[in-house]
Amino acid sequence: MNFLERQLEDPVRFARLKRWGLIFLALTLVAEIVLPLIFGSHGHFSFEDFPGWGSIYGFVSCAVIIIVSKVIGKLWLMRREDHYES
Amino acid sequence: MSPEWIHPGLILIVGAWLLPFLKGNAKRVAMLAVPTAALIDCFLMSAGTHGVVSVWGYEVVFGRVDSLSLVFGYVFSIMALIGMVYALHVDDNAQHVSALTYAGAALGVTFAGDFLSLYVFWEVMAVSSALLVWLHREEASVAAGFRYLMTHVFGGLLLLAGIVLLWRETGSFAFDDLKAFSGSAAWYLILAAFLLNAAVPPLGAWLPDAYPAATVTGAVFMTAFTTKSAVYVLIRGFPGTELLIWLGAIMALYGVVYAVLENDARRLLAYHIISQVGYMVCGVGIGTALAINGACAHAFAHILYKALLFMGAGAVMQVTGLRKLSDMGGLYKTMPLTVFLYMIGAFAISAVPLFSGFVSKSMIVSASAESHMTAIFLMLTLASAGTFLHTGLKLPYYMFFGKDSGVRAKEPPKNMLAAMAIAAVACTIIGVFPGLLYQALPRAVEYAPYTLQHVTATTGMLGFTALGFFLLLKHLDPKLTISLDTDWIYRRGAALLTWVARKPLTVLEYGFVGQIYEFVFRRPVLGAAGLLRGFDSFVVDGLIVGVGRLTLRLNQLLRTAISGHAQHYGLVMAAGILLLLALALIAV
Repeated sequence: MNFLERQLEDPVRFARLKRWGLIFLALTLVAEIVLPLIFGSHGHFSFEDFPGWGSIYGFVSCAVIIIVSKVIGKLWLMRREDHYES
Repeated sequence: MSPEWIHPGLILIVGAWLLPFLKGNAKRVAMLAVPTAALIDCFLMSAGTHGVVSVWGYEVVFGRVDSLSLVFGYVFSIMALIGMVYALHVDDNAQHVSALTYAGAALGVTFAGDFLSLYVFWEVMAVSSALLVWLHREEASVAAGFRYLMTHVFGGLLLLAGIVLLWRETGSFAFDDLKAFSGSAAWYLILAAFLLNAAVPPLGAWLPDAYPAATVTGAVFMTAFTTKSAVYVLIRGFPGTELLIWLGAIMALYGVVYAVLENDARRLLAYHIISQVGYMVCGVGIGTALAINGACAHAFAHILYKALLFMGAGAVMQVTGLRKLSDMGGLYKTMPLTVFLYMIGAFAISAVPLFSGFVSKSMIVSASAESHMTAIFLMLTLASAGTFLHTGLKLPYYMFFGKDSGVRAKEPPKNMLAAMAIAAVACTIIGVFPGLLYQALPRAVEYAPYTLQHVTATTGMLGFTALGFFLLLKHLDPKLTISLDTDWIYRRGAALLTWVARKPLTVLEYGFVGQIYEFVFRRPVLGAAGLLRGFDSFVVDGLIVGVGRLTLRLNQLLRTAISGHAQHYGLVMAAGILLLLALALIAV
């Protein structure tokens, strides 16, 4: 049993790992909102200065990519694996 | 060719032929020594024009060495070395020779100073890489290899036609910025040939079709050379071409959409090559000093991390024989090293801070921002999230973690892990010390990737992409499907063509054209021929036979006369004398 296995297979440790993941996520969001205010850094576009822009755009991007691709795939692109063999 | 300059591509192409004659350790040493020699050759090279050969009165330049060709030369020869380390355990001379020839041809394209030498290496690259697909020796690979070669032969013809048209216009084969010919037929043909090799849709379906069909080790070579040498020639010939900005940005998203739907691990990675090359094409299109540097830096970083990712997926394929994500899962328990090295590649392609993608991709994205292209900026950033979603989350989740498939595989051979480790170290060094890469870039421009805004926004974006992934996980389960791409045109299109040829065309041919032929040509001609034959046999033959018979009869008559007995001849002579005497008497 390797290190990763111990972390992922044990429900207690896995729950702890998940909690740390969420804490890390919250920290990145806070850092993204707070740090630019303290140090006064700016992006090229005004929308980049919206608090938490990266996090919001990342989450929206992920959802849009999955949903739009799946819709295109189901309606049009996805075929059975033997599509070209028949 | 000047004696002090040796073409690094020549070292690979000629050196490749040492391998079939060597065995055991000597062969393994040669497999490493040949690409190492090419790499050292690149590092020792000085800028300038070398290797000028006169052919039919034209100066053919094999060695245009400047900062642009050198940065590609370095990474191509580094990649040849990593690829050979990865292939060290493979006992197949044909694969090694093809792979080294392919890498050598890519170096040939890189240092080509004119269209003639470029064209020669362009074609060598197509054929040698097709061999890497065929050498997988499976039915599907043979077919995919033919489709691959057919596409590239078509691209080569476009290039040749463009070169010839350009030559007719200018009388030279010089290969420089083609802006002056913008809009001409030659310009479009050459651009199309370059875009085909860069796998720009709709000309790019050959890539996800062929790469997953190649051998485990061959695919690693293929990820590096064809598309990135195309990026190089685009930088040479088409910097600042506006069309490329949009093509590149669309391409970056196109790869992402297909990657959502894909189930084959290596094909998913292949679609992400298209996506990543999209950034480079976009950078070439933007054309500012920062964007061109970004395209070069991203090509450099991309070759290393994409090779690492393909090596990871290849390692899984090598030890399990599996290629579909739906069959994998739980492999991390027995392959922790492979998981670790793969994840470095995944972090690099996803532009996680401290890894190579972060310092290279951001140059192109920043260049789009500096040129105030809001839509392009948003498209490229969106594609970034998609990259992390697939290569950083979806692929490792279903391949290594996820639902345990029960497959218990051991780690791949040591040399494969070593090659992955070299690439992983390179990805990390570039990420931590970007100056090392930046100083080799062709344009003089300052760029600082590690700004507070950039680091926090990227970290937030990646973190929340991961959140989105785990929330939507059930929609991402790989399905047993394949996806339609533009290769439909020649896969289904070709089948349609053969059906048209078999059914309607055949009916038309036999039923209509055939009947016309029968009544208009065949029967009259046969009739006339019959008449002529009759004439021939009755008249001409009769005449000849008559003459023959007459001669025969005459002969028989003469034969009775010539009996061979002396008394008969004496009798005839006596009769003749008597006849003469009688005539004399009558006359007197």
